[in-house]
Amino acid sequence: MLKSDRTFFLRPQDMIGIAVLAFLLIVILPLTLDNFRLQFVGKYLTYAFVALGLVLCWGYAGILSLGQGVFFGLGGYCMAMFLKLESSSVEATKIQTTPGIPDFMDWNQITELPYMWQPFNSLTLTLIAVILVPALFAFIVGFAMFKRRVGGVYFAIITQALAAIMTILIIGQQGYTGGINGITDLRTLNGWDIRTDSAKTILYFVCVALLIACILIAYFVKSSKLGRILVAMRDKEDRVRFSGYDVANFKVFVFCLAASLSAIGGAMFTLQVGFMSPSFVGIVPSIEMVIYAAVGGRLSILGAIYGTLLVNWAKTSFSESFPELWLFGLGGLFIAVVLIFPNGIAGLWQTYIAPRLGPLFGGTAARRASPPATPPAPPPSGSAAPAAAE
Amino acid sequence: MHTAVITDTMNKDFVLAVEGLTVSFDGFKAVNDLSFYVDENEIRVIIGPNGAGKTTVLDLICGRTKATTGSIRFKDRELTKMKEHEIVRAGVGRKFQNPSIYEDLTVFENLEISYPKGRSVPGALTFRRDRAVKERVQEIAETIFLADQLDQRAEYLSHGQKQWLEIGMLLIQDPELLMLDEPVAGMSVSERKKTAELLNTIIKNRSVIVIEHDMKFVEDIAHKVTVLHQGKILSEGSMAKVQADPKVIEVYLGH
Repeated sequence: MLKSDRTFFLRPQDMIGIAVLAFLLIVILPLTLDNFRLQFVGKYLTYAFVALGLVLCWGYAGILSLGQGVFFGLGGYCMAMFLKLESSSVEATKIQTTPGIPDFMDWNQITELPYMWQPFNSLTLTLIAVILVPALFAFIVGFAMFKRRVGGVYFAIITQALAAIMTILIIGQQGYTGGINGITDLRTLNGWDIRTDSAKTILYFVCVALLIACILIAYFVKSSKLGRILVAMRDKEDRVRFSGYDVANFKVFVFCLAASLSAIGGAMFTLQVGFMSPSFVGIVPSIEMVIYAAVGGRLSILGAIYGTLLVNWAKTSFSESFPELWLFGLGGLFIAVVLIFPNGIAGLWQTYIAPRLGPLFGGTAARRASPPATPPAPPPSGSAAPAAAE
Repeated sequence: MHTAVITDTMNKDFVLAVEGLTVSFDGFKAVNDLSFYVDENEIRVIIGPNGAGKTTVLDLICGRTKATTGSIRFKDRELTKMKEHEIVRAGVGRKFQNPSIYEDLTVFENLEISYPKGRSVPGALTFRRDRAVKERVQEIAETIFLADQLDQRAEYLSHGQKQWLEIGMLLIQDPELLMLDEPVAGMSVSERKKTAELLNTIIKNRSVIVIEHDMKFVEDIAHKVTVLHQGKILSEGSMAKVQADPKVIEVYLGH
């Protein structure tokens, strides 16, 4: 029986890890934090969806995207468009030149609801769009780049450019997107007022439930053969290609999956915070999201969640007291992660704490106990002397 | 007349027929109008001085480099028009010069990824590690002397073991044409002996192309030797014939 041999996609230590996180989010935090602080946690958790996608995409597959804010934003905007339409009923907007369309359209002399907005009259279509629009966009970008074997730094730069382009586009197309102010003044979801404290508490729990569902999806992908192919690709892409795999397809898949996860976070953000604006789409938020995953540990699904919570908690506390210093703090944190603990909090946990707790909590204890069975490799003498005629 | 030659050679059922193969990098012809044929169950060794184009030939066959002109026919399929993964699926396996394995995965997982099933995205998501997979991995692991290392992370293997693992990853695909680029480079004497033994067991029922510098090793395994020099064939035939060829002696001693 192999140690690696298992039938269920969650190992015992994974189940414990998820249970601990669930307990923290569902019981401890709601009991210890006031409503105001809990809403902050709910907002942080929406970024955790992005970090989760980055663990799969960057940590496992080695594809660093500096444009995850685009997908977070697409998900958020899809949701915001629905909510905005609902709060722009003819009755509520009767003082406008054209009643029944969002206020910012009216201010921009648009007299008819654009085609792009029509599907967002339906909640079902909106929920589908939240998942599919970002995935489709990621598919187009991913397909174009990965089939041409664009990767590494070039991919990162292009995704960063996408984040910039998306921001410019949203700001420029004010009549269709609400411009730099974003889509604001969102009130109800199918008649349910989302601005009340009780609604926000419920949305917090919905957000936690969705996050845990997404964590399970991430674990499923990680433990499937596809997860191991991603790791293999990160290490030796050519070997995977010459083992009969179309490498680009796997990259496109994981990029799309990360996009959809980010978008769910974006949609939950809109619901909980009550607006969506281009400031969550651009380069800076996209890089911040990478830092969350890096601090938590880009190879750890749960680590990325804790990383997101921690960095955001630090951001809120620091920027309350020293608003100017926060960006330096964030930069310093990123440098520290890269230089001192490259596997983030999860790496520290696995190296120092888990081995003391036994295999149920970290799983690495058993592996660490068995040292390399063979001596280190002799240096390969690549070009041994050719001696055909000797 | 040229076509007559092609039909003639096709009738002979070569596994691999390379004809008029040329690749030029910015005008430099790394491989120049190369033609050779590999028989079923033949072990062909390609030797030649550094820069002769040996590795480029393997790159061309497996699709890593695209040919400028010429054709590579594998069992009547034109490889020059196919993508890398399609060539692998058609039955061509290739081992790289430096051991190319997945260091972060275990020996078992390394072999499992190479198992020819679940190669599409949905296939990989739903892939089950069933008995057939386990038995096949076990069988291959025994062949490559790694049966007791299945749970070991591949990064902890020795250089020689890594080479064997990569050979195992090719074996599990059961390719009809196996291409090995310097399989014994950097190995100790005992590892080298074991590798020769390994190659002798795995070459059954398939054709093999090996690039090797170690002449003792070449003598042990080669059915036929092709000597490349500046992208062209300098000499071809049995080891004895090639070694006696004055042109070959000239190239190796003259440089």
